[in-house]
Amino acid sequence: MSKAIPEPVTKLIESFSRLPGVGPKTASRLTYYLLRAPEETSLALADALRDLKANTRYCAVCYNITVEDPCPICADAQRDQRTVAVVEEPLDVLAIERTGAFKGVYHVLHGAISPMNGIGPDDLRIRELTKRVDKGIIAEVIIATNPGLEGDATAMYIQRELTGKGARMTRLARGLPVGSDIEYADSVTLTRALMGRGDV
Amino acid sequence: MPRPDRSYRTTAIILKRRDFGEADRLLTILTPEHGKQDVIAKGARKLTSHKMGHVELLTRADMLIHTGRELGVAAQAEMTLPLDRLREDLVRGAYAGYCAELVDKFVNAGFEDTRTLYRLTEATLIRINDVDDPRLSVRYFEVQLLLWAGFGPELSECVVGGEPIEPQDQVFSPGEGGVVCPQHAPRVLNTLSLPMLTLKTLRLMQRSRYEQVEAANIPQGPLDDSERILSSFIAHILEKRPLSAEFLRRIRRESAPG
Repeated sequence: MSKAIPEPVTKLIESFSRLPGVGPKTASRLTYYLLRAPEETSLALADALRDLKANTRYCAVCYNITVEDPCPICADAQRDQRTVAVVEEPLDVLAIERTGAFKGVYHVLHGAISPMNGIGPDDLRIRELTKRVDKGIIAEVIIATNPGLEGDATAMYIQRELTGKGARMTRLARGLPVGSDIEYADSVTLTRALMGRGDV
Repeated sequence: MPRPDRSYRTTAIILKRRDFGEADRLLTILTPEHGKQDVIAKGARKLTSHKMGHVELLTRADMLIHTGRELGVAAQAEMTLPLDRLREDLVRGAYAGYCAELVDKFVNAGFEDTRTLYRLTEATLIRINDVDDPRLSVRYFEVQLLLWAGFGPELSECVVGGEPIEPQDQVFSPGEGGVVCPQHAPRVLNTLSLPMLTLKTLRLMQRSRYEQVEAANIPQGPLDDSERILSSFIAHILEKRPLSAEFLRRIRRESAPG
């Protein structure tokens, strides 16, 4: 980077550039915005970043990100502790919680099996899920991984690991999203929608 | 090679897929006439995107691509070959992922003519999807990919002395890139045993069409040996083992009967 740019500015641009979805131009824009913004804006951001690492941890039960351990969902006696939704990322928990339709608990894998990127089963929280099911409390495991090649591979692997452990295993239904057009649907989605059709 | 038009239609195999920005996907595609390209499928992660299901990993799609200064944009996409069993069978998916990784590693990005490689990759993915045991098709793919990339191992002459190979057991040197005769073998480090039947198998795969190789009914021993030799040779060329190879080995081991 040019020597005309002071080192602290360069360092922050480089730090922003490492974030997913942030390119060098966006990183520069964010940095110069913070330079011009009131001091408290930058300090609040710095405090939030420090807090993020200092005050968060993984829930020892579901491996979601939490401040308290166990997390509020796992600690909630009103929730059905016998039904577990297995998701790839903490953001998937938020998406399912937004529906208000699920009253069970979660298990966060922190990724999906992606051999080409060197992510295998041991890099995910699959072993922890197996131990959780081994305790015999869980009656149903809902595999809610993304419906793509990597999510499907993860689902198949989990299914294989948990077979014979006594818990019912289900997978989120796959088909047409609300607001879509059948005309534009791909053959895989349409086939699965037909296979999963229901009575009206 | 001259720069292509600003937009072009192509058929493509999706080799790699990463999330990009808010709702986009960055795809690495292999095309017959425009080589290997990185293109963005804008909005492809949105549930209502028309492209969403059409840009799935290890499928074939017809695409309209607008070329950009850095990355092309897949403006339209329609899946034409879904290869369902790669998604329904962990072992088949692992084999297909391994082949896609090899293509990605051996092919440089850019507008080169990849018609032969495209046909090979497409045919291999279809075989992995369709046949009962995909091992032969994957070995054939490895041999033909090495030939295409200019790394085809020397199997007719000793790579040290240059003399024709006699019909007897030999050794293979990944470092020297081919067969070493028993006479010169002591001079070469890190060699692998190469039984005569395995050498014949590798030669057959190098020189023949897949249908001829399939018709030869190669026994399991030489096929397993070919896997060992090719795996070491590929790791030597790439300077490391493909990342998906370890997963494939694990899944095969865990799926083996008994």
